[in-house]
Order: sequence, then structure tokens, then C-alpha cells
Amino acid sequence: MNLSSQLRPALTIFVLLTALTGVLYPAAVTGIAQGVFPNQANGSVISKDGRAVGSGLIGQNFTEPRYFWGRPSATGPMPYNGAGSGGSNLGPTNPALFDAVKTRVAALKAADPGNTAPVPVDLVTASGSGLDPDISPEAAAYQIGRIAKARNLSIPQVEALVAANTTGKQWGFLGEARVNVLKLNLALDALGK
Amino acid sequence: MNTNAVMQLALYLAVLLVLAWPLSGYITRVMRGEHLGPTRLLAPVERLFYKLAGVDAGRETGWKSYAVGLVLFNLTGVVAVYALQRLQGVLPLNPQGFGTISPDSSFNTAISFVANTNWQGYAGESTMSYLTQMLGLSVQNFLSAATGIAVVIALIRGFARKSLETIGNVWADLTRVTLYVLVPLSLVVAVLLVGQGVIQNFRPYTEVQTVQATVYQTARLDAHGAPVNGADGKPLMVDTAATTQTLPMGPVASQEAIKMLGTNGGGFFNANSAHPYENPTPLSNFIEMLAIFLIPAALCFVFGRMVGDKRQGWAVLAAMTVLFVAAYGVTVWAELAGNPALQHAGAASSLNMEGKETRFGIVASSLFATITTAASCGAVNAMHDSFTPLGGMVPMALMQLGEVVFGGVGSGLYGMLVYAILAVFIAGLMVGRTPEYLGKKIESFEMKMTAIAILATPILVLAGTAIAVSVSAGQAGVLNPQAHGFSEILYAFSSAANNNGSAFAGLSANTPFYNVMLGLAMWFGRFAIIVPVLAMAGSLAGKQRLAVTAGTLPTHGPLFVVLLIGAVLLVGALNFIPGLALGPIVEHLQMIG
Amino acid sequence: MTKRFETPIPDHVETGTDERSGNDKRKLPLLDPALLTPAVTDAFKKLAPQVQWRNPVMFVVYVGSILTTVLFGQALFGTGEAPAGFIGAIAAWLWFTVLFANFAEALAEGRSKAQAAALRATKKNVIAKKLKAPKKGAYELIDSPSLRKGDFILIEAGDTIPMDGEVLDGVASVDESAITGESAPVIRESGGDFSAVTGGTRVLSDWIVVRVSVNPGEAFLDRMIAMVEGAKRQKTPNEIALTILLVALTIVFLVVTVTLLPFSQYSVSVAGAGTPITITALIALLVCLIPTTIGALLSSIGVAGMSRMMQANVIATSGRAVEAAGDVDVLLLDKTGTITLGNRQASAFIAAPGVTEQQLADAAQLASLADETPEGRSIVVLAKQRFALRGRELAAHQAVFVPFTAQTRMSGVDYDGRQIRKGALDAVRQHVADVGGLFPDAVSKAADDVARRGATPLVVVDGTTVLGVIELKDIVKGGIKERFAELRAMGIKTVMITGDNPLTAAAIAAEAGVDDFLAQARPEDKLKLIRDHQAEGRLVAMTGDGTNDAPALAQADVAVAMNTGTQAAKEAGNMVDLDSNPTKLIEIVEIGKQMLMTRGSLTTFSVANDIAKYFAIIPAAFATTYPQLGTLNVMGLHTPASAILSAVIFNAIIIVFLIPLALKGVKYRAQSAAQLLRNNMLIYGLGGLIVPFVGIKLIDLLLVALHLA
Repeated sequence: MNLSSQLRPALTIFVLLTALTGVLYPAAVTGIAQGVFPNQANGSVISKDGRAVGSGLIGQNFTEPRYFWGRPSATGPMPYNGAGSGGSNLGPTNPALFDAVKTRVAALKAADPGNTAPVPVDLVTASGSGLDPDISPEAAAYQIGRIAKARNLSIPQVEALVAANTTGKQWGFLGEARVNVLKLNLALDALGK
Repeated sequence: MNTNAVMQLALYLAVLLVLAWPLSGYITRVMRGEHLGPTRLLAPVERLFYKLAGVDAGRETGWKSYAVGLVLFNLTGVVAVYALQRLQGVLPLNPQGFGTISPDSSFNTAISFVANTNWQGYAGESTMSYLTQMLGLSVQNFLSAATGIAVVIALIRGFARKSLETIGNVWADLTRVTLYVLVPLSLVVAVLLVGQGVIQNFRPYTEVQTVQATVYQTARLDAHGAPVNGADGKPLMVDTAATTQTLPMGPVASQEAIKMLGTNGGGFFNANSAHPYENPTPLSNFIEMLAIFLIPAALCFVFGRMVGDKRQGWAVLAAMTVLFVAAYGVTVWAELAGNPALQHAGAASSLNMEGKETRFGIVASSLFATITTAASCGAVNAMHDSFTPLGGMVPMALMQLGEVVFGGVGSGLYGMLVYAILAVFIAGLMVGRTPEYLGKKIESFEMKMTAIAILATPILVLAGTAIAVSVSAGQAGVLNPQAHGFSEILYAFSSAANNNGSAFAGLSANTPFYNVMLGLAMWFGRFAIIVPVLAMAGSLAGKQRLAVTAGTLPTHGPLFVVLLIGAVLLVGALNFIPGLALGPIVEHLQMIG
Repeated sequence: MTKRFETPIPDHVETGTDERSGNDKRKLPLLDPALLTPAVTDAFKKLAPQVQWRNPVMFVVYVGSILTTVLFGQALFGTGEAPAGFIGAIAAWLWFTVLFANFAEALAEGRSKAQAAALRATKKNVIAKKLKAPKKGAYELIDSPSLRKGDFILIEAGDTIPMDGEVLDGVASVDESAITGESAPVIRESGGDFSAVTGGTRVLSDWIVVRVSVNPGEAFLDRMIAMVEGAKRQKTPNEIALTILLVALTIVFLVVTVTLLPFSQYSVSVAGAGTPITITALIALLVCLIPTTIGALLSSIGVAGMSRMMQANVIATSGRAVEAAGDVDVLLLDKTGTITLGNRQASAFIAAPGVTEQQLADAAQLASLADETPEGRSIVVLAKQRFALRGRELAAHQAVFVPFTAQTRMSGVDYDGRQIRKGALDAVRQHVADVGGLFPDAVSKAADDVARRGATPLVVVDGTTVLGVIELKDIVKGGIKERFAELRAMGIKTVMITGDNPLTAAAIAAEAGVDDFLAQARPEDKLKLIRDHQAEGRLVAMTGDGTNDAPALAQADVAVAMNTGTQAAKEAGNMVDLDSNPTKLIEIVEIGKQMLMTRGSLTTFSVANDIAKYFAIIPAAFATTYPQLGTLNVMGLHTPASAILSAVIFNAIIIVFLIPLALKGVKYRAQSAAQLLRNNMLIYGLGGLIVPFVGIKLIDLLLVALHLA
């Protein structure tokens, strides 16, 4: 057990393994990724008229009544800040959580006074990443009336768009069914109304 | 548990077993130095490593040499990661131009990644350059995992051998695990994840024009950039409009794969596996969950294979699985029952969606949370701080049990074997024989090492928490009020000392106080166990293997599984009942009361 | 002499009963009133710090007692952190906890001391007759302590043997009751396996010349006394390992309780209600959590284990040997005396063709009338039983008895001109050929059959006529087969060692139910057998008495030498059986196991108790800060003070309740390890979880009823 005799292998093996796992390995993954899945590897970016308008995976902030609203986002300084992901971290018994949920419920009700349906819980609770691109089909359904009114569309028209942008559970049971808010709103805008 | 919760669990466990079994055969042979199939192609690389390092891979050493080599190797890692962070500003591959990281945060992060904890006081996407992520953090994801596996293999050799002085060659073990097991597996998982949408590039962050402008409030600044206060003494706020969104970029998938496979858990981004670029779909989520338990489960089988009795491996795995399923049951039940406050505030249900992603929902988030804390991974796909009190208590308790329910790669199994030694010690006495495990007598030296290994982390957790709640620097970090604030601190030390890395992230831990305290907890939580475990491996290897008779306590049946579970739960409960009572338990009673 | 030595020990196997029944006389009464009073006194004497320091677990309680007493004083004369009555009650019960532990230890030691005192009474200085040469002759009188190894001494009738030694000359009957408790005198003579004498025993008749084999202080009696007295100081390997675990648990609980104070202070500040937990409650919690039950009883268990060995009339050279006995996997047992009764008995007459069975019996009886060996006598008895043949007056028929010699290997009688001989098959065949007779094949065949059945054939010949075969049968001891079956269930393999041929050995092995046998065993075969088993990772136990057993005894992991055996055998073994009963091995194994089981079970019980104590103390300690935690008060304890006090009282008195168990040992049944564990887990694990819930509740009710809480 000689300390100095172990020093050379410690340093050499460390450097060699660093080269293997820190240079060769990520380079290989990047090579394969860019070759096989270039769209995914570069962020699943959505373009409109040749201009990047967002990522299919990253949610955006919507507050206008004519758009479907996404999950509340707790990122700072602005919601859906892509450069600073994160959740609210409010504990279940924190009064701030209760107040926040209450405010969000009130905002939703104010935007759609006639709607007496109960407010789906995912529309009033902040997501984990602050960038959640999806809402539940129930949350989308809750907003259909408001959108139809704001855009002067028929309810079935909006329902059809929602259905087109809904993804079911993977293989019927993994994860949850969800509606991609950005894609749905882009589809709404594409209707031109 | 509803049907969906059961189905997701059942599929998960089934696929896990199907994958872990063949992997265990592969690992067993690799660790014996055998080459099979395509790994032959890598053999020249292995030989080159040994040649350059001046290592004779065939020459094994005793435990002391093994331990000294391992600690030196890991210290080298600490220095390298620290240096990379401190020099980040002048190094390449830094498209966002991130500056140098503070000494205390660098210290904390260096230890954190070397110790397989991956506690993150920083936010990845606004702090770390691609070079630091890749060459510092990602490398340590591999090497800390290799360290854990090497230690458990050495311990298993101790059980398997008969009257031998040596437990292996540390350099050969580290090289083989990395080259033949971790790198190939990571490559496969990384490509699968990219297919689901995890990014992998070296581009700078991308600005996109958002569909709707976002108006938010910022503090009004004066000419010198200082906030202006209003008449009421509070900063004056002004509306600001943002019309663009920053999409972060980077080599994420390559790090994501080993982050899971190596039970490291350090996210490329602050939101970790809740971030859509790290974990975009339910399927990517499933792959990541599988990757967490894959090697820990396979190592149980490796244990059975190497000691020449596969049932021994199954027994340990069974104990882990029972504990895991029970923990998952409580978590998913608590999260589905949810938070009555949500309904009181006007939401349709009390389902606890705060801090969770829509695509995962309650079930997949609860499953992930249980897996990541049962294993010492610490990656999160939902914010644990926002879990219900009991839903959040389970992850905390899983860590406090010592990360032995699957646990970290290598560390989970050696931790569990330490508990097994404790269990057979008491049980052995109860059947009137000098306790033995796998034919090895458990005597006072082993008990000493077991005592150190089992004492180390509870002492670090309890003492660390006690200091933090007593000083203002510790109290300052708390976000949530009352008992939940206490839970945040207790969770932080539980996570650090047990090398998990997940957090009740409301705690502002990127302060000199927490960086230093948690850094120390992580280092000693790792090596105050590794060293006694290696010492035990050495002592066990030197012993005669006793024959099995009807008088031998069987360690492969249901009775032993129950005993092992009992030992783990009892030790955990005795250490942490008071702490948990003052945190999550009282919070739960307040919430429902 | 205590009454321990008054009763001869019944043969374990022949009675076929389990000795651990209540009316067994050789047991010390569990709580002898004569021992209680000194034990109580000792319990107080042991309050000295240097005594307490030796037991880390109880030392923590001791310090806690002092601290709470100080707090009590503070509360009495100033402002206390809690009502003085409460602190005083806790302090008092902590002191009781320490005293109860002291009492348990003192009681176990008292029992050992009584045994040692009895032994020491026999060790007195005597005047020895020192000879110049190993021949009876002129001697000088010296004090026995002046004797040295190698001195020659003469011991005559009425003398007490001054020192352990080896008989060189003479034959004497010796009263060894001082050592063995066996009142019947034994014969000691030079050579062979009956040459060792022990200091402190007394020559009853005749004389012997003895070479002293030990120096003063090393004698057998000295070792026995040292062993009994030293039992509490020398910790056995498992005891050390267990102590490490107990210390580790104590450290953990120390950390748990110490950190609970800041936890509590923080909780008070964030909840804005209540007061932090009191030091008294913390100390109470600590004492309840640390493994005081096993900590208090650990040394008693060890002392009691050695004491039980003594009661079984076995002297172990160390506690380590007693522990090792519990680990034994293989028992090597000598056939004769262990598996079979010492003597073979005639069981059948098989007449040669043309000879009636009665003729054969008659001749056989005649040939055996003067044969005083047990075999010879059994032939006479059998003939008498079968054909009512009575012994005849030999002298009237000019009968001349022909004794067995190594040359002829036959014995017999010349009677009225007849020459009747009996002997082993080949010896008689030779004799018949010499006198010119014919040896019938049928007789050869009959003799082989007898051998195959595991018996010994003796052929009887009258002149030149071969009359037939006497079957001498080994009588397997009653109940031994069941005993071996039990051992098998315990995972212990039995191997019979015999000098018989393989055929005979196999038959006896089958009848006795041993797992294996070693036939035609020579000492070196025995040694090899032991080494082979050890190489396979088994622990081997054996008994032996002869000098040629010494190497095997030295090699075996547990080696029990017979007290009647040679000095060499006793030196090589690590235990001596004073009863010289080879079956004792089985009992030794059980005592060894019992000692470990008692420790393991009480440890489990002690740790399992903690869960209930948490449920009692945690809600009580934080009642003012978080009244919601009252939900955890599942026992419905009356007030916080009564809850804490009840837990402390339970923790103290459970020690007293368990003293009998510690001294007596956990009941041992011959079962597989898995069954034993399941049973003990149910009793001590599950029981340990449940009992305190009930006990604490009852104490709480009692406190309320007595208006003490």
C-alpha cells in the first residue's frame, strides 16, 4: 500500500476515462443524434413562415382570452422563461399556494363569466418545469367556450382542433393524455380568425 | 392505488426484470475480465489504458491498496471538477459566456458529482458551460457510478472468496465497468432519448418569437442600475413586455443517459427531468425510470451469480422490491388523495398537480419520485417540495433508510448487504450460532465496520439538520412556513448525506453555509461508508467459507427477506421518527385537520 | 459443599428425558434467597463510577440519572424546567434502572461466587510427602504450594492429593466427589487411561506414587476457580461483537435525542406556540431508546451461561469454548459408552449342526462362570434365562479357569476333563486346527451373519468339537436415536467412531441413527477426519479420554476431555466433563446455543420496544407545540407527564422481569435454524413490539389510579 505508487494510475486512468466519457462519448452521441434525429436533437423547433416561433416541447405564456391558456408557470422573472426552468416549490400547506390557486381560479372565471364548470386542477397549479407545453383534455374542454366566443368560432370547430392536438396516453396507459397548447393555438391562428 | 397506477408499476417491474437478468450475466463476465462478442473490439483500448497507467490488471491487491487507489482517484475528480468551474470563464465551449462559479458553489458541486449525489445548488442552464457540463459533470456521472460498482464487486468478491488476501484490482475494475458497461449502455439510452425529443447539440441558446407577448413586472431601476423604492418603501415595479422566448440548447441526451444509468441525477437544466428537453414524453420518462433501476437490479443478480447461489441475489432483490412497492403505494395514494386546499381554493379536485407536468400526471410523477429516491438518483420529474406531506415524506424516508432500496449503482447493494450483515448478526444469535452470512462468520471486526457504515449517515443528517435549524444562515434558506420549512432542511441533509441529490427545492441552498455543510455531508456520506465496506470486503475475503447445514440460518427464503426488510425499516424508523414527526407527519395532520 | 454436589448426575441418555424439567435437583434455584440479599447490597456498591464505566449502555443511564437528579434539585430550590415532582419521579426511576441492572449482574455473579467458593473450599494447603525418586520410600514433608512440576509425591490412604499429577506406581481408590460430585470412589493406577489424579481429591485406600504435573496456580482446580470467577471479565467474541452493536445503537440514540432539542426549538419558533422539549424529557427518551434491557442483562447472560455449564458438570477453559459449542456442525462420538452401553451383552446362542442350543448354552456358561468381565457375566445370565441353567460350584469338578491371554485370545475352563474355550472366530479356528478338529462351515457362516448384524460372534469349542456361536450384541442406548434425529434437525451431523470392522460399524450406525461412521478407527484416522471436515468449513466437536486422543482433541474446535481421562487428554481439550459422560457433548452444544440465543432474543426485544416508547414520548414531548401530534398517542396515555413517566417505569421494571430469563436462558428446542428464528422472532420480535404498548398503558392507568399523574 504505497500512496505514491497509486498516484500514477489514479491520474492516468482519470485522464483517459475523462477523454473517453467526456469527449469521445458525447461526440459519438451528437454524431448519431444529428444524423438520425436532427429535428429532435436541435430542440423540435416549430417554424411559421420561415421564422422560429417556438418549440413543440416548450410551452409559452398565453393570457389573451382568444388563446388556450397553459399551465401556470412559476419561472422568473417572467412566466415560461426558457432560460430559467423551475417550479413554484410551494408546500401543500403554504397559504401562498392557496392564494395563488384562488387568484388563478378567479382569473379564469373573470375571462369566461358564463362558465360554471369546475376549474380543472392543472389549470390552476404551476407545473414542475415552468415550461409545461401541455394541458389536460379537461383543461382544454373547460376553455373551448371562451375561445369559440372570442374567435367567433363554433364549438365543434374548436373541439375538432383540440382533438387534433390531443395525444393519448402512451400505449393506452403510460403517462397522461394531453393537449399541446402552443400547437393548438398556432392551429387556431392558422384558421385566420 | 387505481388500476392505472398498478399497471404502470407492473409494466415497469416486468421490463426491469427482463432487462436486468441478461445484463447481470454480462456484468459478471466483464468483471471477471472476460471478453465476449463485440466487447472484444474494445479490448485494445483497455490494454492501452493499463499500459499508459503502468497497471498490471492481473495483479490484485488487498483492501487497503484498493481503498487508497479509489479515494485518490475520486479526489482527482474533485480537483478537476472544481478547477473546471473556477476556470469556466476562460475555457472554450461556452456559447452563453457564463462566468466563473463561486468557490463555495464549485466546492459543493465538485463533491456532489464525485460522490454520486448530484445535489445542485445552481441552475444548470444559467450557470454551467457546455464544457463544464460535459468534461466535468458528465464525466463524474460515469466515474462515480464506476466507483460504486467497483466497491460492491470488491465486497461480493469478499463473500465469494475463501481465505484470500486480495479483493481485486481497482484500476481494472474502474476501467472495465466504464468501458464495457456504462459507456455502451449510455450510448443506447442516449440515442433512444434523442428519438423522443431530448436535445443533443452544441449550439448557442436560440431566441424564438413568441405567439403572444408576455407582460411582466420588473423593478424600476435608477441611472445607476439600483432599484428605486416607492413611498411605501417597496421597490417600484414597472410593466415590461417580452416578445421572445429563449430555448436553451446543449449536449443534453449524452448526459441524461448516464445521469439515469449511473443513478447520478444531476440535471442539465434546473427543472431536471421535469424539463421537456430532458424528458419530453411518457415514453422517455419510462426509459429514464428503467435506466435508474437497471444496474442496481442487475447487480443483485450479479451478487447471486458471483457467490454461486442465485437465490441470494433474488432474496436481496425481493426485499428491495417489497420496500419499493410499499413506498410507491403510499406516495401515489397520497398524491391522488391530494391537497384539500386546492379544492377549497376553487379547483375541481384536490389532485396534487402543483409542481407536476401534465404529460406525466400524478401516477408517473409518483412512480418517478419513488424510484429516484429509492435509488440514490435524485433526478426529479416533479417538484418534491410541492408533494403532499406524506407523498413527500416517502422520498425523504427512502433516502433516510440509507439509499438501500435499489439504491445507487453499487452503493445500494453494498448498503443493503451491510444491513443484511446486521440482520444476520441478530438473527444468527437468535438461532444460537455465531452469526454467518454466505458462510462467512460475522465477528467483531465486521460489526465495527457495519456500525460505522450504519451510523455515518444518520449522524450526518441529524447533526447537519440540527446545526442548520439553529443558525440564522441555515434558517434563512427556508421557503415554506412552519413544519414544511423544517422538512426542507431535513430533506436537504437526508439527500446530501445519503448521496441522493434531489431536493425540497424551495430551500435556497446556494449559499456559503449550505454549500459547505452539504458538501461535507456528501463527502463523508459517501466515503465513510465506502472505506468500511472495503475493509469488510478484505476481512471477509480472508475467512474460511463455512458449510451450509440445517443449523445455518438460510438467507435466501421469505423469512430472510422479511428479516432484512425489518432491519432496514427498524433502523430507519428509530433514527428518524422524531424528525419526521416534526416535519411531514405533523404537516399532514395539520393539512387534514 | 453446596447441594450441587450432593446428587449424582443421572445418565442423560438412559433416562431419555429432558433434564431441563423443573424438578431437576442439580439446578441452583433461580432466585436463591441466600443470594438475594448480597445481590441487593452489591447493586448499590456497583454504583461506583469506575464500575459503571465498564458497561457503556448503562453508563449513559447512570449519567442521565445524575443529570436529572441535579435538575430535580434545581426545581426544588429554584426554577425548574418542569414540576419538581415530575423530574424527581423520572430521576428516581432512572436510578432504579441502574440499580436493577446492577442487581441482575450481582445476582448472576453471586451464583458463580457460590460455585467458586465451594471449589475453593477444597483447595487447601496440605502437607505433601515428597519423594526423592519415583518409588515408594523415604519422603520429606513439605507444604503443597512448594511442590513443583516434576516432583514425586507419595499419597497414602486418608491423604488429600496435594496437586494434579500422574500416577507412576501403586493403585488406590480415590474420592473425587470434591470435583465431580460423584460420591462413589474411583480407581487410579499407573499407565492407561486412569492415571490422572486431581489436587483436592482424597485417597481412600492403598497408596500411589504420583509425579506432579503442574506448578502451583496452574492446577485444574485453580483453572476452574479462575474460570468461574473470571466469567464476567473475559468477554467472548460474540459478546464483543454484540457490545459493538449496542454501543453503536447508543451513539445513534444519543445523536437522535441531542439533535431533538434544536429541532424542537426551531419548531417552537416557526409554529409560534409551546415550549421546547425539556432536558428531563430528552434524557427520559434517551434512556428509553438505548438498549438498556440487553445492556443491563448482557453480562448476567454470560455469567449464567458459564454457570449452566458448571451445573452440567462441565468445566470450560474459556467462554469462547462455550460459544464455539453453539456453532458445532459435526459431532464425533465414540461408539462405546456414548452410542452403545459400555459392554456388549450375549443375546443369542447359535448352535453348530448336530449340537442343541442347550448344549451350547451349557458349555458357554461353564466357560464363562469364572469370567468376571461384563460380557462373561452376560453369557451366564443369558444361559440362565434361556435354559434355567444355574451356576455350578467349579471347585467340585477340579475346574481350572483359563484366562484370556494375548497369545491364545481365548478364555475358558478345564472342567471334568473337558476343555471348553470361547474366543473370536479366527482364534478358535486356529485352536481347532491345532487340536486336530474340524471347523464346520455352518459355524463360520453363522459367525459372519452375527458380525453383519453389528454384533460380535464368540465361538465356543469343547475339545475338538465346535459347539456354535454366542452372539454378543452392542446395546444401543435407549433414546439415543431420537437424540440424533434432534441433532440432525439442528443441522448437526453425527459421526460414530469405532474400532469395529466396517460391517459391524455399519449395522450399529444404522441402529443408532448416526449420519456417518468411521470404522477401524486409529487415532490418525480421527485426526484426518476432523481436518477434512474443517477444510469443508465445518466446526467439529469430539470427546476423548486417552492419551492417543490428544492430537484429535487439540485439532477439534470443541474438545471435551473426560475427567477420568489422562492428563494429556485434559490438556488438549478445551472442556472437561466431570461426569465423564460422552453424551454430554449434546448438552454442551445446547448450552452454547442457548447463551447466544438469549443474547440475540433480548437484543431484539430491547430494540423492538423502542417503537412503543416513541409513540408514548413523542406526542407527549411536543404536545405544547404541535397538539396535532396527539393523534399518535395511540395508547391514550393520560397526560404528557404520565406518558413519559410510564415509558421510563416500563423500561426499568422490564429488566427485573427478564432477570429470570437471562439467568435461565431462552428455551432451546431442537429445530432447524429457520424454525428457531421464526419462533424467536415471533416471541421476542413481535412480542417486543406489542408488550410495551400494553405495559406502558397499564402503568399509566396505575399512575392515574394512584393519583400520581
